[in-house]
Amino acid sequence: MSPSTLIARPTISVSTSLPPPPLAAAAPAKPGIIIRDLNVWFGDNHALKNVSLEIPDKNVTAIIGPSGCGKSTLIRALNRMHETTPGARVQGRVTVHGEDILDPEADPVLVRRKIGMVFQKANPFPTLSIYENVAAGLKLNGLAKGFPMEDIVEESLRDAALWDEVKDKLRQPGTSLSGGQQQRLCIARALAVRPDVLLLDEPCSALDPISTAKIEELILSLAGTFTLVIVTHNMQQAARVSGKTAFFLLGELIEFDDTPKIFTNPARKETEDYITGRFG
Amino acid sequence: MIVLAPEHVPAFPPVPPSREAAGGSAFSRSGKWGDRLFHGAALSFSAGILLLTGGIGASLWRNSALSRHAFGWEFLIGRVWDPVAGQFGALPFLYGTLLTSALALLIAVPLGVGAAIFLSELAPRRISDVMSFLIELLAAVPSVIYGLLGIFVLVPLVRRFLEPVLGKTLGFLPLFSGPPYGVGFLSAGLILAIMVIPFIITVTREVMLSTPKLLREAAMALGATRWEVATTVALPFARSGIAGAIFLALARALGETMAVTMVIGNTPVVSASLFSPGYTMAAVLANEFTEASDPLYLHALVEIGLVLFGATLVVNALAQLLVWSVKNRGGRR
Amino acid sequence: MTLIAFDSGRYRRRKLFGRLAFASTALCAAGVLSALFFILGYLWVHGISSINWDFLTKLPKPVGETGGGMANALVGSAELLGLAGLFGLPTGVFAGIYLSEYGHNRFGTIVRYTTDILNGVPSIVIGIFAYTLFVLPMRRFTALAGGAALGAMMIPIAVRTTEEFMNLVPTSVREAAYALGIPRWKTVVFIVIPTALRGIVTGIMLDFARVAGETAPLLFTAFGNRYWSRGILEPTSSLPVMITHTPFPPMRTGTARPGRRAWFF
Repeated sequence: MSPSTLIARPTISVSTSLPPPPLAAAAPAKPGIIIRDLNVWFGDNHALKNVSLEIPDKNVTAIIGPSGCGKSTLIRALNRMHETTPGARVQGRVTVHGEDILDPEADPVLVRRKIGMVFQKANPFPTLSIYENVAAGLKLNGLAKGFPMEDIVEESLRDAALWDEVKDKLRQPGTSLSGGQQQRLCIARALAVRPDVLLLDEPCSALDPISTAKIEELILSLAGTFTLVIVTHNMQQAARVSGKTAFFLLGELIEFDDTPKIFTNPARKETEDYITGRFG
Repeated sequence: MIVLAPEHVPAFPPVPPSREAAGGSAFSRSGKWGDRLFHGAALSFSAGILLLTGGIGASLWRNSALSRHAFGWEFLIGRVWDPVAGQFGALPFLYGTLLTSALALLIAVPLGVGAAIFLSELAPRRISDVMSFLIELLAAVPSVIYGLLGIFVLVPLVRRFLEPVLGKTLGFLPLFSGPPYGVGFLSAGLILAIMVIPFIITVTREVMLSTPKLLREAAMALGATRWEVATTVALPFARSGIAGAIFLALARALGETMAVTMVIGNTPVVSASLFSPGYTMAAVLANEFTEASDPLYLHALVEIGLVLFGATLVVNALAQLLVWSVKNRGGRR
Repeated sequence: MTLIAFDSGRYRRRKLFGRLAFASTALCAAGVLSALFFILGYLWVHGISSINWDFLTKLPKPVGETGGGMANALVGSAELLGLAGLFGLPTGVFAGIYLSEYGHNRFGTIVRYTTDILNGVPSIVIGIFAYTLFVLPMRRFTALAGGAALGAMMIPIAVRTTEEFMNLVPTSVREAAYALGIPRWKTVVFIVIPTALRGIVTGIMLDFARVAGETAPLLFTAFGNRYWSRGILEPTSSLPVMITHTPFPPMRTGTARPGRRAWFF
């Protein structure tokens, strides 16, 4: 384990005083992802309506809202994964570090190399070992020619706080790990290609509390190096890990502000209703 | 809890900078040739299948032209098959094919469905699975082997026991008249039945086992006996599947060559008696194709192939329809 | 709660009928299964005794003589199966890949339907097709023609197996690959197919087993050969054909091979 700053993190409920915001937010937040008037349709279903949002760079942004509010749609649009669903249509601009990813000339494949994703249910490649899983993104894209793959794999596994647990069994199948470990393996795999942005679609919803805590720790540790966007239905989680939070309802962005403010003094009534548990 | 310092930046290979094409997107790839090539290859092979199947039909059509033009529809009702004289009538073969297939189904369907009911409703699951496995093994036996079994086991049995017995008891019927040759329609029908039964059993058993538990329980709750549950719930549910299986079995029986030709006697006659030797379309093709000396002979044989092709096409289409309707029904439950 | 008092006589009759009916199905099953055991046993007993080294390595003797073997037939069958695989597997597997990855459209439906049609074509008709395509223009019986016929027969099963097992690979695996920026074709070739591989290979082996026993399409394509054939442009012996051509006494050796083959596969 890399020795570093120890931060005491009390477990809290929404209404009590919040811990200091994550480290990276101390730096002035420059926009990493700029979303302008984003609309997404699946067939006739207007899933996202005129969403405009600026996600700060090298920070953690949470997206919350009840089921069906469009949060998964939004995050999947950010790396063009919505295109894997037939009948998907988008309108609007999404700019990542100055480059429009929705440009028709832009190749989704390249977009996804810069914007990685971790899914709700861990999905390591079944036929590959732990080592091969982490290396898969690099190997299959020919990205690491001339660099020692073993070092890269070790690096990524350390970044994902998994190295110590698997260093002796790198050749075992990826699926031989526990659920929480598999999810960290997927994070390591995503980190290995060094994306600018890491999207996390409810990464802990299938995990037990201990694994969840480990992954939340991990997210905080990555915040200074990557831009992270996490979708979660767990409001406490959003409060714990993010610097800014966006609240969605029925495909529309209702409110977007610093996390402490959203959870202590939301500006919109809908937001307040949601976080106090009146619905959702 | 321990948090890594944000300054932790690992030594890592530089990610290749996005290509800023002049005026174009930073994310454009110089040609998605990999994807396109792959899609193209997969597509071509699929198209190849279409070409192949169409080619078979077209080839059969073209290479039977002489015969079709010479005989027209008379080909199908002509009783005389005389290669020497150049007279080609295919009725004996059509008759033989239909008769043996019908006989096979008549025997195989009741026996097969009955056995399947036993295996799916009555037998303990483990035994049923083992039996089912063995039955599937039977289905894997090549046609030639059935033919050999036919010659060495079935035909002598038929000649020495079955036909004499049938002749004595039911000999007044034209169906069972004539001397007991052994080889003939009856043996062919029997061997086809044996070949087709495993398939019917397997499919019927499977479909019956897939009856939703809800339906069975509903019947049981109403006080139905085990047999009644089977016949009023499971069997009707499996009806279309069984019908589809029967059609597929029919298609197989129509085209069956080797086993049939070894036990049918290979004589082009149309006879009401099951004891009589006969011929089928597939059998005559197997035996005479290499003998075909002149073009007309060859074309006549190919025309038989064309008829066979058409017949199996129709039967298969009907079977597909039934199987498809079963899938739809099952899906809605 | 009142128990419904039902007519016990009627009930007993129904039960009895049910028992009788089931008994008759048990008879059917018994009949079928005994025939089955008889067949399998017969093949085993008669076949196994004749397999010896001679059988595997020698050429057949002239009619009437005992001894000899089926060596050329064994090799010939292997040759034909190899050719069949060459013709049939790429087509079948790639078409299966197409149907699984890209084939959720009208064209895909047409291909599936046509594959089923091809599956239903009698093997002897495929033999005719191979005859007109290869034997007539080349004016000779060749292993090539036989292999082509068998290859055509291999296609439908290969397509179905490949498509089925590729469909079994969960979407999450594919999405994981896409999210890493792996192009589609690489995802299919390096991730999806390896995951589905075991099932596909089993299906292909069964495919070979089925086609290995086919006689009809070979009767006028590869034809048969009492001796060794020198290449694929020669008439070639094969086990099923040899069985048909060999008269009575060697019948036991005939059943030996397929008995072995069936068990092996």
